[in-house]
Formats: sequence, C-alpha cells, structure tokens
Amino acid sequence: MAETVTLWVYRGDQHGGEEKPYEVPLMPGMVVLDAVHWIQAHLAPDLAVRWNCKAAHCGSCSAEVNGRPRLLCKTRLDEFVKEGVPVHVRPMKTFPIIKDLVTDVSWNYRVMRQIPPFQPREPAPFTLYQRDVDRVQEFRRCIECFLCQDVCHVLREHHEQEHYFGPRFMARLAELEMHPMDAGDRVGFIRETAGVGWCNITHCCAEVCPEAIEITNNAIIPLKERVADRYWDPIRGLFRRFQKTAP
Amino acid sequence: MLDIETREYDVVVVGAGGAGLRAAIEASGRGSRVAVLTKSLLGKAHTVMAEGGIAASFGNLDPYDGWETHFYDTMKSGHFINNYRMVELYTKEAPERVLELESWGAVFDRTEDGKIMQRPFGAHSFRRLAHVGDRTGKELIRTLQQKVVTQNVDIFAEVTTTRIFLDRQGRVAGLFAYHRDDGHFVLFKTRAIILATGGWGRMYKPTSNSWECTGDGAAMAFRVGAELQDMEMVQFHPTGMVWPPGVRGILVTEGVRGEGGLLYNAEGERFMLRYDPEKKELSSRDVVARSIYREVKAGRGTPHGGAWLDITHKGPEYIKRKLPGMYEQFKKLADVDITKERFEVAPTVHYTMGGLRVHPELAATNVPGLYAAGETACGLHGANRLGGNSLGDLLVFGRRAGMAAHEYVQNLASLPEVDEAEVRDEMRRVLRPFEVEGGENPYLIHEALQTIMSTYAGIERSGPELEKGLAELEELKARAERMSVDGPLHFNPGWHTVFEVQSMLLLAEAIFRGALERKESRGAHWRTDYPEELPEYGRVNFVQTYEDGRYHIRPEPVPEMPPELARLFEAGVAPGVLRARQAQNGREETK
Repeated sequence: MAETVTLWVYRGDQHGGEEKPYEVPLMPGMVVLDAVHWIQAHLAPDLAVRWNCKAAHCGSCSAEVNGRPRLLCKTRLDEFVKEGVPVHVRPMKTFPIIKDLVTDVSWNYRVMRQIPPFQPREPAPFTLYQRDVDRVQEFRRCIECFLCQDVCHVLREHHEQEHYFGPRFMARLAELEMHPMDAGDRVGFIRETAGVGWCNITHCCAEVCPEAIEITNNAIIPLKERVADRYWDPIRGLFRRFQKTAP
Repeated sequence: MLDIETREYDVVVVGAGGAGLRAAIEASGRGSRVAVLTKSLLGKAHTVMAEGGIAASFGNLDPYDGWETHFYDTMKSGHFINNYRMVELYTKEAPERVLELESWGAVFDRTEDGKIMQRPFGAHSFRRLAHVGDRTGKELIRTLQQKVVTQNVDIFAEVTTTRIFLDRQGRVAGLFAYHRDDGHFVLFKTRAIILATGGWGRMYKPTSNSWECTGDGAAMAFRVGAELQDMEMVQFHPTGMVWPPGVRGILVTEGVRGEGGLLYNAEGERFMLRYDPEKKELSSRDVVARSIYREVKAGRGTPHGGAWLDITHKGPEYIKRKLPGMYEQFKKLADVDITKERFEVAPTVHYTMGGLRVHPELAATNVPGLYAAGETACGLHGANRLGGNSLGDLLVFGRRAGMAAHEYVQNLASLPEVDEAEVRDEMRRVLRPFEVEGGENPYLIHEALQTIMSTYAGIERSGPELEKGLAELEELKARAERMSVDGPLHFNPGWHTVFEVQSMLLLAEAIFRGALERKESRGAHWRTDYPEELPEYGRVNFVQTYEDGRYHIRPEPVPEMPPELARLFEAGVAPGVLRARQAQNGREETK
C-alpha cells in the first residue's frame, strides 16, 4: 500500500462551506497542486482550483496552505509530511470566494485599468543602459499571483480596497515612475487615488512574493518619498520635476 | 426569443495570449468594437511561459544579420514546407513589432551601447533573440495586457467558448460561451472572429504546455468547415524535467546546453558525439530529442527513462549566474543541486506546428469572417519551429489578423444572423454531461488520450503503430460520447474538461491521419518505416477538412518561392553569413 497524505481542502462558496478531508497517494516530490489534481480526477471532479502553467510562471494557483499565502504549484507536500503536520488548503481570504479554492480577483483588474499607462518621451528604439533598467525589470518580474494583495492587512483586515491599490499596483506604479523613458507624472495619482499613504511598511507583501520582489523597500518606500517631496518639500519637488522633464 | 445573455460586437477574439491581445489592440485601434474571450484570467495564457526571446533581425550585435538571413534560417529549419510568404512577412516585420512593444513599455535586456540585447539560439545564424532574462513571454504578455486595458476592448475573463455559429451564407455570425464563475450562458453575435487559442500539446504527456493548450479554437473552426494543415508536425523539445513525477515535462531551457551542459546515457557515454559529431549537444531540437529517445529505447536510459544532463564542470558561481531559474527550479521541485550533481532530462511535447490553414497576409481561414493567428494557425514554421519564432509570430500575425478582420467588418454588406435553433441545440449539448448517469470521467478520458498519443504518435512513428493508435483512439472516442459530470454549474472544472477533451479528441485524429499520409521523415515527423526525407513530399502540405463526422485529407502544393527569394538559397549558406565571410576575406586581403 502506497503511503498517503490527508489534505483538508476547503469546499464551499459564498453561502458557506467547510474543509473536507481527502486521502491522496503520496508521490515523490509531490506539490499541493498535484494532490489537488489527483482529488479532481479521482474523488471530486468539480473541485474548483485555478491553474495554468504548474511551473510558477503564471501566478494562477494562489491559495493559503496552513494559513500562509502560497502558490500551490511550488508548495511541496513532503515539507508537511516530514513534520507530521496536517495540510489545510483554503482560498485566499482577501478576495470574495467563488467556489472552493477559487476567488473573485476581478477587483485587481479594475484597479489595473485605472493606472495611467506608459508615456514614451520619444519614439522607440530607446537608448537605455542595463543599469538604468535593472530596477524596472525587478518589478516586471511580477506574475500577478496577488498573494501580496492577499496578505496586505490594509486590504485583508481593514478592507480599504476603495482607498488603496495594494502592493501589486504600487510595484506597477513604481515601474512606470522609474522607467527612464516615461514622461508621465503620477505622483498626485499615487497619493490621491492609489493611496500609497495607507501602507505602513510591514513588509508582509515582500515576504510572500514568489518572485522575491522587494515591494516595500524598492517600490513603496520610494513612492512615499516622491509623494513627500512633492507635497511637503516644494523646493526638492520642483527640482525633481525639472529633472523628470529635462531632455 | 432566447432567454440568455446576448452581446454584440464587430470582432470577437478568442484567446488572450500574445496573438489574441495583439489582434484586439489592432482591431479596436482601427475602430472596431472588440471583445476578448479567455477561459483563464487575463495575463495567464501559455505565452507567459515562453523563455528564450523574440527572433527579430535587428543586427544589434551582428551587423550582417537581416531579414533575408532570418528568412533563410526559418525556411531551412522548417524543411521548406513553410508558407514562404508568411516567413517573408514575419522576418521583415518582426523588428518593427518588437520596437512597438518597447514603445508600449516593455523593458528588454540591453547591450553595452544601450540597444536591445540579442541572444544566440539553435539554428539562428546570428545573435537574434530580443529577450528579458529567461522570462520574455511574460514581458510580452504583460506589455500587451497593459496596452489593451487602456483601449476600448471588453475583456471576458473565464468565459469558455464552445461553438462557432455561421449564417445561411456560411459567414461567421456568432459564438456560444459560458461564464465559468456561475455557469450562465452567453451568446456573442459578431461579424468576425479571430481565433488565438494556441496549440494542443496537452493531448500528450509529458508536455511543457500549460492547462490551456487543448486546441479549442482549432477544433471549433474545424467543426464548421475550416481547414487544418500539417497536423502531423508536433515539436518535441529535447530536454524536459523527468523526476519527480509531478514535474515531468517542465521545460529545461536550451540554455543549459548553450552554457556547456553535456548529455550522457546510463553507461556514462556522451552519446551526442555518436549522433552528431559536429554540433554535438547543440544539434537541432529534433535531432537531440530523437537521440535521447533512441538511447532510452536501447536500454541505456537513466532510472526514470531519460538522459543525464551535466553542467557541474562549470562550477557553482557560473551556473548560478547564468542559469538562476534552472538552479531554483531543480532545487525547489526536484531536490537536485545542479551545481553539484547531474540531472535527468527527456523529450517533452512543446509546440504544434500544424493548425488552421490561413491566407498568409490576412490570417483568414477559408470560412468568411473567421481568422486565426499564433500557434492555432499554420504555415510559418513548416516541419520544425525555430526557437524564438513563436513570440514574433504572435505579434506579426496577431496584428495582421486584427487589421484584416476590421477590414472585413467594414465591407460586410449585411449583418449575419445566428440561427436560434442552433443556439438551443448547443445549450442542450453543453448541458448533456450532467444528464448522463454513471458515464465516463473526463479526467480519465484525457489521461487515456495522452497515453495513446504519446505511445503511437510520439517522436517515433510507423504505419502499423499509427494504425493501431488510430483504432484505439476510435474506441476512446466512443467512450467519450458518454462523458458525465456532476456538481453545480458554477466553477465546475470537471464540466469544463469535457469540452477540452472533445477538442483534443477531434484534433488527435487529424494528427494520426496526417502522420499516416506523410510517408517520409521530415523535421519533427519521424517515420521509422520511411526514414528518408523525400523530395516529392517536400512539395506538399496535407490539408484536412471535416464533414458529417468524416475526415478528408488532400495534398496541396507548397507555395513556390518567387525567383528573388529562391535565389537566397543558391549559395547554400545564409546571405548574411556569406556577406560576413566576404567582409572577413576582404579585411584579410587588405592586411
């Protein structure tokens, strides 16, 4: 008899639900997503889960394993089996549930549409040096798994979705603001609409980021500084504006 | 009157990968009312997994590169059954499409003098692939996504399309779809459809393909009379992960061999020296894939049926700097430290060169109002796709499909009507799996299909094996008639799998029929009973149609290159390479 592992998987929808146990044969190197697939194929064909690439490139299979926001395709089962702890798989808490492990993340896409796009200051091809784009490329590693949005307490505990765009979009705004060829000015937007002031720098977003993007240190804090410069230090603010529009 | 959600557009794009998004940007930019339908969330399509880069002959590093050389390389790698006109358009337009991405916010790796960096890749004569580390596909899809949301395009995420409707004149009239979140139906009335639903690698196992790649668009089009071409051409990437089982098929980038990785069999022999003494590990994908396959078949495979790939001799510093993604991937998922130990690799299904036969300039299928771009379409890659040519394909032909669909809509004399009876039929058909009692499990039918395809229509093929596979496929199709599901309508993956399996079963048979018809070996198609590449087959593409449940296959002549293009092949060496050599000789003479 093959070794098995019991997964407690949340089954339910907006009307409620509960964790149900499923016994899954353990295979070497198995990740939680493999186990969920096995459950779908053999025990519960209607078990809802999102996934696309199963290689940590797409950011679809976000959920919470034993309370921690993670990608199911990157979470090994043996780390729990070894320690003899039960495995609990639940949907992301910050977003409204659709069914089982699938949540309604459409709010993120509505936020995405509000962000003023890249405005090139000259036609491509650009002359850009690697050292000038390293930081922008860090933010563009984002796989939009929304685990940072899930863990952010401004969104998770305080439900301030109306006032704060969340870490994912702070990184997006930072990437635009720091793009050497961008002619846009989003500082007012970052303060007023995107609500950068709501972040109180707990670093949780960076901790759960599967791409190891330093969201707080490299994106949010610099954005806060730009806002501070603009609104509370008019001389430096003017200087910065001048720099930004200089040829 | 139908009591379902009904929407109306000029152009509906199915699929939100690179080709679909580029098409939507173009059509809406020109003034069409456009919707994009995707069965996933926006930004998750298989495009996101592309690593290597976008092949475009800027010549930023190698000034002798140019479209003619890219044309030469692509035709040669496709073993000359490509549509030359598509290759010509692609190689001429790719650089412009890449620069367009840059102006929309894409941030490519840079050269020392501040230009877009280009990397070398298998069978490209020059350093040609514009890239961002090993995540170029993500950069491409994110850039298009960020562009499309600023335009007036309606995005229907997690909306699955099941059928195309034509009007009485046989023109595109609409689409049937359902919202995955709550299961409610939606009828899209539309004047034109652009299919950008990718390939169908998931009918095989192992595969590097993501969940989406089930050929839904090609299957829907085939059912309403569109033609498929070169279906026998399925690309195997030589190096997929092998162990543990859950990761089997995940891609191991060609970069490992590019950086000096060596292949060994279980006896410790560096077998590529035997199969291709000149290019060795860096031989073309089809050759390396076949070599690994042969070693395993001869009993010289690794414990889990692959070959050893070893790069430890390069040292930990070098490996972590050049291949950080691979280092992480193996450490995290396989408990293997590739700086200290060798690891197992084996071929994995990667790309489908075949697909919907399209007009080379307009991306139009033979069905009026129906367009196809990207992996769903066929013609650019011939018998073997060159790495880096698929991302460019999405951009060049996505744009062309968007332009052509917009033009078509402008010139449409009357609005095509959807027949309500057909919509009702489709509603019943879509719900049928809930009514079948104790029927077949769609997940297990899918697994059985993967076994059949990998066993009988894999890397190695032969007439008798293909016949056997086809017979087993027919049996499986009969079983699949009775696929059943239970549970609710809302977000029910079992139900969803039924339609994907139906798409794959339809296309699987076309692969068998194409493979039986092509009695030769060419590119990715290897017949052990016909091991030679034969000139007479180099002049034809096999085209398939589907009528009343029957497949019809016919040879169509490969379009002949005009003299000015044919001339590029006269010297037997790529034009840019020739110029580089002449310049080199010139320099030596003047010394």
